[in-house]
Amino acid sequence: MQPIVEMKNIYKRFGGIHAVEDMSLDLHPGEVVGLLGHNGAGKSTFIKMLSGAYQIDSGQIRIDGKDVDITSPSVAKELGIETIYQTLALADNLDTAANIFFGREILTRFGALDEPAMEHAAIKVMGRLNPQFRKFKDPVINLSGGQRQSVAIARALQFNARIIIMDEPTAALGPHETQMVSDLIRALKREGIAIVMISHDLHDVFDLSDRIAVMKNGRHVWTGATTETDKDEVLQMVILGKLPDGSYAPGIVSTEDA
Amino acid sequence: MDQIATKPDDSLGSRLKAAAASSQMDTRLLAMIGAVAAIWIFFQIASGGIFLSPRNIYNLSVQTSVTAILATGMVLIIVSRNIDLSVGSLLAFLGILGGFVQTELLPLEGAHSWWLSMLVMIVVGCIAGGAQGWLIARFAIPAFVVTLGGLMFWRGAGWLFTKGRTVTPLDSTYSIVGGGSIGETWSWIVGLIGFAAITFMTIWNRRRRKALDFGVKPMAFDVAIIVAAGLLIGSFVLMMNSYNFPRSEDGRGIPVPVLILIVVACVMIYVANMTRFGRYIYGYGGNPEAAQLAGVNTRAVVIASFALIGGLTALGAMISTARLNAAPLSIGQLLELQVIAAAVIGGTSLAGGVGTIVGALIGAVLMQSLQNGMVLLGVQSAPQQMIMAGVLIFAVWFDVIYQKRRV
Repeated sequence: MQPIVEMKNIYKRFGGIHAVEDMSLDLHPGEVVGLLGHNGAGKSTFIKMLSGAYQIDSGQIRIDGKDVDITSPSVAKELGIETIYQTLALADNLDTAANIFFGREILTRFGALDEPAMEHAAIKVMGRLNPQFRKFKDPVINLSGGQRQSVAIARALQFNARIIIMDEPTAALGPHETQMVSDLIRALKREGIAIVMISHDLHDVFDLSDRIAVMKNGRHVWTGATTETDKDEVLQMVILGKLPDGSYAPGIVSTEDA
Repeated sequence: MDQIATKPDDSLGSRLKAAAASSQMDTRLLAMIGAVAAIWIFFQIASGGIFLSPRNIYNLSVQTSVTAILATGMVLIIVSRNIDLSVGSLLAFLGILGGFVQTELLPLEGAHSWWLSMLVMIVVGCIAGGAQGWLIARFAIPAFVVTLGGLMFWRGAGWLFTKGRTVTPLDSTYSIVGGGSIGETWSWIVGLIGFAAITFMTIWNRRRRKALDFGVKPMAFDVAIIVAAGLLIGSFVLMMNSYNFPRSEDGRGIPVPVLILIVVACVMIYVANMTRFGRYIYGYGGNPEAAQLAGVNTRAVVIASFALIGGLTALGAMISTARLNAAPLSIGQLLELQVIAAAVIGGTSLAGGVGTIVGALIGAVLMQSLQNGMVLLGVQSAPQQMIMAGVLIFAVWFDVIYQKRRV
């Protein structure tokens, strides 16, 4: 099967610092890839080049096998790449429909906001994610953390996202709501959406992702199926850059070498 | 526990609450309308029937119009986490500018002097407001500081035009904006158009919601709203029409300033609720970062909101100077605080994100009613100000409690 996203040999530098060096990652439809690494390992920088927030210095990004040049977040959105930010980026005082369509409102023939049409679409898209959801008239500040997360995801789904980037989707949530977000992610998988999930929570990553990619010092350490590895091995890769066979990934200067 | 919680509660308060929730009415707004009604009844009795006389209602509505027009713009400014302290001074500047244009630049009583000077006022008002908005949005200077600068700057700029001399008399056609009225027949026509518009919109909204399979409010509720609106419009027109011109049987009808206010209110309610710009104002006020990430041009939104209040200030300047038939430098002093108070009494939160145009309009009516009523009762101006201060603080305190209980 052809990958929906291919990022090949990506480099990114800020001044003299190599934030990302020779990092590659593929994504298949309906697949969740957990991207792991320390703070400063370069995973956010790497993923921001997919969401359009940063531009690559060198390397290739292909969507559906075609070379693309993602120069801005709006280009990414046109390609079906949506990002769900850690801060959720919802306007607390607006209701669910207004948040889903924020910045991309449906207008009537006369250029006015078409509230009924937006509410109608909001009910439909929320039904796919969270059929129990009823609080359409409430400002989102009155929603629980999990419900807010589903509004943020609905925002991506509504505009036919095929690739969703999630930055720490469960970081600010309690156990019950984390469960709810897990259900959301499984619902997205069933729809054939490819997901990149950045997370610190090893438990979540093992629970949800099909494959795991590990970065250290801006470089690729290891990519493989979640079933091929375990938490101890992954921790060694994250902390030391030490591969399951005991060797070190190319270009990784480990603490033991120093 | 659940059974106890779901047991129907028969107390009047909770039943009212349930009724309000099912009809999606804003309880806070209802409380404010109740407060205005209570104030009116009190002054009506205390003044021995003068307060609700046609003449006083006519005056009250004219007095309210400038504050109310500006309050509709101030709501959007405050909702988007800004403030505008410059409106009083800008009003004086634009008034003097308009007077200068129509009396000195153009021939006095010239055929085109009145509308050309109005055009100049509106254009300059929008540019002046937009310039302040630009400083705020482009350079991230706090709105409080920029418009405090405006407060000092514009009155000073007004002085330069006339060296402090009051411009008077003004063009006689121009004066109609402040002191004129539209007569009995036109008042009924305006009332009927308003009533028809409300009826049409209610029906259209019902159809639209039904077509999309949404729940609609009970029919009786919508009918009640339409009937109430009809009664309100009818009694207002009747009241305006029964205030006659001196030594004549002809009623004055709706005053021109009030007509301007009605048009402004309709436009602003539309802008706030039905346009992208309005949605971005509220969204930006709720979470500026979210607006930016959603791709909203937040700078343009802020600049446009200040240009808008600048334009409204020009309308206010026309009404105030035309009413006086003069443009003195002292006009509009402390107006900014009155306008902000009207918005805040009307439920606009200074923290941003929350506030409605209708609320601000009622806030302006409430404040002006108190002031007007106290004058009728012969309350001195010093205690008047102290009472108004108490009302402002009480209104905000009430709001704090209301917000806490709602969550």
